[in-house]
Amino acid sequence: MPTDSTIQAEGLTKRYGDTTALAGIELDVEAGSILGMLGPNGAGKTTAVRILTTLARPDGGRAQVAGFDIVTEAAQVRSRIGVAAQDATLDEALTGRQNLVMIGELSGLRRADARVRASELLDRFDLTDAADRISKTYSGGMRRRLDLAASVVSRPEVLFLDEPTTGLDPASRLRMWDVIRQLVSDGTTLLLTTQYLDEADTLADRIVVIDHGLVIAEGTSLELKASTGGARLSVTLSAPNAAAVAALAPLADGAVHVSDDGRRLHAAVRHGSGLGTEAVRALDRAGILVDDVAVLQPSLDDVFFELTGRPSTPSGTPETQAVPA
Amino acid sequence: MSARWHDVVVMTRRNLLHIRREPAQLSDVTVQPVLFTILFIFVFGAGIVIAGGSYKDFALAGLLTLNLTTSAIGTAVGLSTDLSTGVIDRFRSLPMWRTAVLVGRSVSDLLAATLCVTIVGLTGLAIGWRPDASIISVVAGFGVALLFSYAVSWGCACLGLVSQGPESAQGVGLIVLFPLAFVSNAMVPTQRMPSVLRFIANWNPVSAVAAACRDLFGNPNPSSTIRAWPMQHPVVAAVGWSLIILSVCAPLAALLYRRRITE
Repeated sequence: MPTDSTIQAEGLTKRYGDTTALAGIELDVEAGSILGMLGPNGAGKTTAVRILTTLARPDGGRAQVAGFDIVTEAAQVRSRIGVAAQDATLDEALTGRQNLVMIGELSGLRRADARVRASELLDRFDLTDAADRISKTYSGGMRRRLDLAASVVSRPEVLFLDEPTTGLDPASRLRMWDVIRQLVSDGTTLLLTTQYLDEADTLADRIVVIDHGLVIAEGTSLELKASTGGARLSVTLSAPNAAAVAALAPLADGAVHVSDDGRRLHAAVRHGSGLGTEAVRALDRAGILVDDVAVLQPSLDDVFFELTGRPSTPSGTPETQAVPA
Repeated sequence: MSARWHDVVVMTRRNLLHIRREPAQLSDVTVQPVLFTILFIFVFGAGIVIAGGSYKDFALAGLLTLNLTTSAIGTAVGLSTDLSTGVIDRFRSLPMWRTAVLVGRSVSDLLAATLCVTIVGLTGLAIGWRPDASIISVVAGFGVALLFSYAVSWGCACLGLVSQGPESAQGVGLIVLFPLAFVSNAMVPTQRMPSVLRFIANWNPVSAVAAACRDLFGNPNPSSTIRAWPMQHPVVAAVGWSLIILSVCAPLAALLYRRRITE
């Protein structure tokens, strides 16, 4: 394996009782880069993270993090990583500050240094006002920020974030993305797991798609989207018009479909910017009025359907619940 | 080695912060000793006759042992509570000495036991208990009791590590520790107990500790006439029991902890 990879895994397998959580995971993350591990609930993302962060032992396969074997050199791994799991792992009976100081001390900092570091992080994660309240009283978003702060107290070389924005409302998600970007701007290697293609798309340099404990696709966001045939164009006309199909045909990658009422048209399109404008212009040249036009990017659902022949979740969309931060 | 000790100090401090947040946790070492003193000396003890001394001089050592034994349940509950939250996962991902979680718990519980000892002693003095021995001997008596308490807390650590959760840790702890503490010479001389109970009481480590404390405090010790070896050599037996329990339960707790957190 290349030696400048910070996270390497080969054939990782894990069973819990009768369930196979991981069936042979391969990973290769370059130092300083961000890997997005994309997959639906139950795909094995959390298991993979637990194994790489030495919380669980693999049944088979090998992995190295920051140059150390996760099984035989677990202690060295732990001193170089930070973890923020899906559920915050804080001491709820302590204040935010007390939590961070304790973690700093347990990471090897002297008490005074741990205090300074705690203040610095509380400020950076916008928790100074709540710093001396018990973390049990924090809102969901605050708890998550505190957990994230806890994961970087020791300035780790490698950071693992397990579904960092699941359950957050859209505004908080965007804020969290900013926070994450800043966190790794100093060259930290990051492995983050997510259900959302847009999150992997925005944050990650490379993406691995996981399903049923296996990596089923790997590459940059562009590569993955291209493999699903690209975006979809969706146009709603003011009134049905037979010439619309011909007008849009040059833009489409395949047939243009029309709805029963004649007003809505769909077509697969190749990637490119300005598609919306081109579609409207083409229809305008034909004298057709448009009520709505949308260029829909492939969703996790599309990637999944393409790769596995089924939607990512039974309902067809990833679950979301808004939680105010 | 000092890194390990540092981790233990941090974990101990964390446990003490929990207590500061919720001082009612300490009721078993603050309120219970006072309550039991009143209950046993003035309510139950009113009719008990002790050859060679007053009931309160006899009972203090028993109250000490009783309170220290039952308050060890706190170790089981505390550990079980930690295991039922996500905080253990956080500790496990840090480069800390894994066993510091256990040792830190035992140290903070030892501090709570010391508080218990102080309150029992002060309450005793307040109601008229008087030791009749040198200061060193009296301190040694408290020391023997504390050593036993430390050993029992490691036994309770094992219990906490195999319990499903804090409530069952508490429940099982009570079922085990209360009979253990009461079928003994802690609050009554054992001579008039039915034969099976008498036998158990005479060989019960709690009895050895109570008798040892009575000897060291210079208080009346009716057990000294009993033939059983621990009653003839209570101090040796008390210290011996404590060391045996410690040398079995501490490594066992470490093993159980490792098993419990290994996935």
